[in-house]
Amino acid sequence: MIKYLLKKEFKQLVRNPFVPRMLAGFPLMVLLILPWAASYEIKNLNLSVVDNDHSTYSRKLTEKVISSGYFRLTNESPNFQQALESIEKNESDIILEIPPHFEEDLNTGQKTKVLIAPNAVNGMKGGIGMTYLANIVTNFNADILPSLMSAGTTSAVAIPQIEVNSSFRFNPHLNYRVYMVPALIVLILTLLCGFLPGVSIVMEKEIGTMEQINVSPVPKGAFILAKLIPFWIIGFLILTVGEIIAWAVYGLVPAGHYYTLYFFAAIYIVVVSGLGLVISNYAQTMQQAIFIVFFFMLIFIMLSGLYTPIESMPEWAKWIAAFNPLKHFMVVMRSVFLKGSGIFDLYKEMLALLGFAVFFNSWAIMSYRKKN
Amino acid sequence: MQQQISTSAIDKVIVADKLTKKFGNFTAVDHISFEVKRGEIFGFLGANGAGKTTAMRMLCGLSIPTGGTGLVAGFDISKDSEQVKKHIGYMSQKFSLYDDLKVWENIELFGGIYGMKEHEIKAKTDKLMHLLHFEKERDKLVGELPLGFKQKLAFSVSIFHTPQVVFLDEPTGGVDPITRRQFWELIYDATARGITVFVTTHYMDEAEYCNRVSIMVDGKIEALDTPKKLKEQFGASSMDEVFHQLARKAKRIDS
Repeated sequence: MIKYLLKKEFKQLVRNPFVPRMLAGFPLMVLLILPWAASYEIKNLNLSVVDNDHSTYSRKLTEKVISSGYFRLTNESPNFQQALESIEKNESDIILEIPPHFEEDLNTGQKTKVLIAPNAVNGMKGGIGMTYLANIVTNFNADILPSLMSAGTTSAVAIPQIEVNSSFRFNPHLNYRVYMVPALIVLILTLLCGFLPGVSIVMEKEIGTMEQINVSPVPKGAFILAKLIPFWIIGFLILTVGEIIAWAVYGLVPAGHYYTLYFFAAIYIVVVSGLGLVISNYAQTMQQAIFIVFFFMLIFIMLSGLYTPIESMPEWAKWIAAFNPLKHFMVVMRSVFLKGSGIFDLYKEMLALLGFAVFFNSWAIMSYRKKN
Repeated sequence: MQQQISTSAIDKVIVADKLTKKFGNFTAVDHISFEVKRGEIFGFLGANGAGKTTAMRMLCGLSIPTGGTGLVAGFDISKDSEQVKKHIGYMSQKFSLYDDLKVWENIELFGGIYGMKEHEIKAKTDKLMHLLHFEKERDKLVGELPLGFKQKLAFSVSIFHTPQVVFLDEPTGGVDPITRRQFWELIYDATARGITVFVTTHYMDEAEYCNRVSIMVDGKIEALDTPKKLKEQFGASSMDEVFHQLARKAKRIDS
């Protein structure tokens, strides 16, 4: 019996004017375009300089900042007040104020302070800009130190040097594409394997063919399975395509094993398709189904750690995130791709995902009614 | 009483005994009792909202009765609804074949669902296409067919697995008179093959084609007999008059 139902599903899938294009176009679009656009890297910050010293050192510092490549000098103001106005006019993002007697103070071994004031309307941009700028100033300090010392104007003892060396583990160049690609694959799988089968069931309800199936002796399990199997196959195909793109376009090869990825993807696909079925059981029309899907997707994405780390969320939000299957699978994908984790390193995520799979699918079976 | 039902179930395909369906305070179907004999064409009439579709959905195992019992093809509709479903055909008001499947693909799907063998499906499809003069339409998508064709196909699919009884819910709605006539020829063909037909309709000329007719008013069966006897009983010249006399009593607002 399921043979006939599967035949029907595949034929309908292929003949649908929209779904095959979406299945091909959506993953390609997301994987080829988004990683280049959605990056945390801050570049081209507009810099306003208030140089109160007009000395060789103050000019050297300004040059060094600009030559870093992260800043563009868009404004030079005689005082801080005017520089602030340029921020208000959106002409600059960050102010560097060099105090009077900057060079003189340095040469005489006295402490001197430069002021960095970022525009924090976009908190992340401001914060990162400030860190960059502070780093450059620190480097500048280290650069001029030897020349000062050889000039004999100051003693090495007077300026203690502490050098901070940091390195980013597992993603040494902090390449955001490396970070984004595995997460985007998760997103695609969720949408295509979770929500498409659900939507397709609601469509049958709307058209009325569902009633014809309900009045036949088709066991509900067979009908649902026939709906899911094509999307499971598609899910694995998409995962494979995603891995190929990650390798061919971004040079990203999972540090772990491919079978770990497929193992977890198999569990995850069952989880999200279960959720899709639950939705299809409660939604009577396409409109309802789409709205419920949208609601879940929004919460899942915002609380998944895709854009903002879970660790920095308030306690209650962490609790919600713990019940977000997307988050767990995202942890898995990133860990396998970047850290090379194996199945047993990820046993917590595995248990969580298995739990979700049982929960959503039992709910789906219990809420499915052939009669009322 | 119980004994009687089971011994007579062989020649009685449908036995409804005080069948009731309540939705909250609203009694859609109110203690209806009737029997349908094997091979009969049973007309199930009533104004919109009289409870016909609800009663029919209960008999098909799509809706659980809140009271009374029903036997269809010898199986209890409350306890054995999945068994009932194996032995019935159903054609709903709403056209419900798959528009994006071809004619033969729809037939194959529903034949397969009812457990027919592949070669059996193939042979029977050829015969059916010939009978309906559908040879040219065989490879067309069902969505491209005109309504009359669709209705004839839907009916043929609903009896393709030779059920004991087929339920037709206003099968000829929106169909032209010629096609309606052809449709009724198909119904007679089906009864000749021993399939019982349970049909709802709003066309009173169609009611005359039935062996027996029941008329539902406000959830109750108000009259049940052959069209001829009903006309005598109500002193009417046509079923149309009979229907008007009964339907006038209805208190429910048309839904």
